[in-house]
Amino acid sequence: MAQALGLGLLVDEGEDKRPHWDNRLQYLLSCVGFAVGLGNIWRFPYLCQTYGGGAFLIPYLIALVFEGIPLFHIELAIGQRLRRGSIGVWTAISPYLGGVGLGCFTVSFLVSLYYNTVLVWVLWYFLNSFQQPLPWGTCPPNLNRTGICRQPAHSHRGGSVAGLVEECQGSGTVSYFWYRRTLNITADIGDSGAVQWRLLLCQAASWALVYLCVSRGIETTGKAIYFTALFPYLVLTIFLVRGLTLPGATEGLIYLFTPNVQILLNPRVWLDAATQIFFSLSLAFGGHIAFASYNPPRNNCRRDAVIIALVNSATSLYASITIFAIMGFKAINDHGQCLDRCGTSGPGLAFIVFTEAVLHMPGAPVWAVLFFGMLFSLGLSSMFGNMEGVITPLLDMGVLPRWVPKEVLTGLACLVCFLSATCFTLQSGSYWLEVFDNFAASLNLVTFALLEVVGVTYVYGMERFCADVEWMTGRRPSLYWRVSWRVVSPLLLLGILLSYIVLLALKSPSYKAWNPQYVGPACTEGWGHCNSRGGWQGRGPTRGRSCLLVEAWQLETGLLQGLWPPGSSIPGGQSQLHIPKTLGGGRPGKWGPQGFLVVSASLRT
Amino acid sequence: MLWLLFFLVTVIRAELCQPDAENAFKVRLSIRTALGDKAYVWDTNEEYLFRAMVAFSMRKVPNRETTEISHVLLCNVTQRVSFWFVVTDPSKNHTLPANEVQSAIRMNRNRINNVFFLNDQTLEFLKIPSTLAPPMDPSVPIWIIIFGVIFCIVIVATTLLILSGIRQRRRENKGSSEVDDIEDKLENMDTITNSTRCDSLDMKGGHINDVFMTEDERLTPL
Repeated sequence: MAQALGLGLLVDEGEDKRPHWDNRLQYLLSCVGFAVGLGNIWRFPYLCQTYGGGAFLIPYLIALVFEGIPLFHIELAIGQRLRRGSIGVWTAISPYLGGVGLGCFTVSFLVSLYYNTVLVWVLWYFLNSFQQPLPWGTCPPNLNRTGICRQPAHSHRGGSVAGLVEECQGSGTVSYFWYRRTLNITADIGDSGAVQWRLLLCQAASWALVYLCVSRGIETTGKAIYFTALFPYLVLTIFLVRGLTLPGATEGLIYLFTPNVQILLNPRVWLDAATQIFFSLSLAFGGHIAFASYNPPRNNCRRDAVIIALVNSATSLYASITIFAIMGFKAINDHGQCLDRCGTSGPGLAFIVFTEAVLHMPGAPVWAVLFFGMLFSLGLSSMFGNMEGVITPLLDMGVLPRWVPKEVLTGLACLVCFLSATCFTLQSGSYWLEVFDNFAASLNLVTFALLEVVGVTYVYGMERFCADVEWMTGRRPSLYWRVSWRVVSPLLLLGILLSYIVLLALKSPSYKAWNPQYVGPACTEGWGHCNSRGGWQGRGPTRGRSCLLVEAWQLETGLLQGLWPPGSSIPGGQSQLHIPKTLGGGRPGKWGPQGFLVVSASLRT
Repeated sequence: MLWLLFFLVTVIRAELCQPDAENAFKVRLSIRTALGDKAYVWDTNEEYLFRAMVAFSMRKVPNRETTEISHVLLCNVTQRVSFWFVVTDPSKNHTLPANEVQSAIRMNRNRINNVFFLNDQTLEFLKIPSTLAPPMDPSVPIWIIIFGVIFCIVIVATTLLILSGIRQRRRENKGSSEVDDIEDKLENMDTITNSTRCDSLDMKGGHINDVFMTEDERLTPL
């Protein structure tokens, strides 16, 4: 029985003053909110479209069944059984595995820093959405205000281009707003520039809001999660209904879901499906362990794991339908620029492509407010999980004396995070964010997950673990679970880990930079057609001028992704930047073809 | 002889005003788009008015104060209302340079528009782009206002939460000191009575007999 096995490990239940969830719905919503994040909106639709539409669902579902759900079940089960945060759990399983807990804690801390920075950008856009016309729809006049202004980029009329800021005319209004008015980006990571006070203010507000919601731990997040977890679904539904009524929606959806079964022969697809499931469920952060530790000990964690994982995947699908309906509309609107040129992911999708789509919709400020509000609440609910992964271990370790109230501890944690994250408000901040995202999180998380599953299965003992699960849920884990834990999941994780290492070793570390002086390759002046994969034909000819805009745009959307694995081609894009070999070195201005970084991690959670 | 001269003049005038002639501008009107039911018919009187407005604009240019309506020539008037016009000099031999006409029209564009109840989009001078109004620049950017509102709400809510936490803790401290008194009393009672306190029947070190647990108790209700 469990007591005989667990007496040494269990916290004495009679004295247990551990906080607990008000009801099961709060717990489920918290886990769902943590798992469903920005990556469901801007990573999954892109993967679906790139890897053959409907056919991508096959490796995705296989990865979900054999990797996602078993790992998730392990995390919930050990958290609920051992009733501690990540450090306590791993120290309890074996003193030699305490490092895994510490590693999870550190990764949660680092991810909190830059994940919140993305929220800061979202908040900035949200604040700027309350005006008509939207600020990213027009170029600001230059200092002289001389000459005559050009009509907006998507108008048929050409005109003289004097009088507007030159960088804006070259790159397009939306990109200009992102790169200059939001980030004020420098051309090189070594050139830090000054702290952007606008972003710093937004960051203060963002961290204040996070502190408000996590100040008393799950007591406060449990109340906040009702809104932050459910509001995105409401907005997605509104956008879906609106998007389906827009012209071009069906083209977008057909493009997304046209299955291309040949693509399954490419091992890249399987790797991306496995990594997407892994990061999408936010495994190995310690957040789910922390959430589960506040459960009553006899809770059916198996059912919870399956429900939450399925809800996460369903949300990804739902979001991809919505996104591609809107993208189809955008493609139709942009004089038939082809859909594959709009295929992009990551912050580029949200801040450039989608904002431009919103410009064309009637009542643009309303849609912009809704969209960025949705992104913010999605990110906020994921931040709760990240912060719990940081705060619960600190509370368990007893870092501060017992008489210090919990609010002080959370306040100090948020303050430390806020001060550390000010580096991302520098002008080179987004480069640093990309570096963090690519190198701080991805490899570490996979390693910790592998150690987790091996630690539980072989160090803690499969029999002991199965008995614990039986005690908690009332039923012994079936053969599917045991085989997955023992063989399939460790092998999958090992495969992912080795692929990562190989890919990292093949390419020197690099990043993509924004060069204000860049001039795209000579576009054909005049008119040409473009064809896209999947038979979607450009509706009209493309203009020479908008060709330049697309080239520049393609450049910069690549910037904030770093998400294309080396060796694959950007759909529809030709121009690629050559990045200086060393970070901070090299000279901006020497450009040429170059491959890209390995897949990043947390911006796809 | 007179008719020959007249013919010559008309020919010259016709040559001066032609589509794509030098210094000629095309004008396009979309009256029905702008006015809908209240659209007026474009006839020769309207053309006269147009020529008058162009002459008026030219008269505002230094050195061109003597421009007359007869110096403005219209040609190729179409049903959808578009036509070409040129402005000739007093000798009627050649047309005035395009940039002069252009700057004159641009200076008085607003008045020309208003005379015909049209705007820049419905009364178009091709090759004469309109000057766009400068973008509205509010003194306080809107985002700062929204930011201030949100930040104040967050600060107020945080303060309330912290204060309520402090108050709760103070109440707990007071309550726990009362409970200590009651517990002392109860302990004294134990020595007198035979009853056992319920909280001594806890699970500490005890075995849970699953036989007596029903299915429901294993799972926490929602």
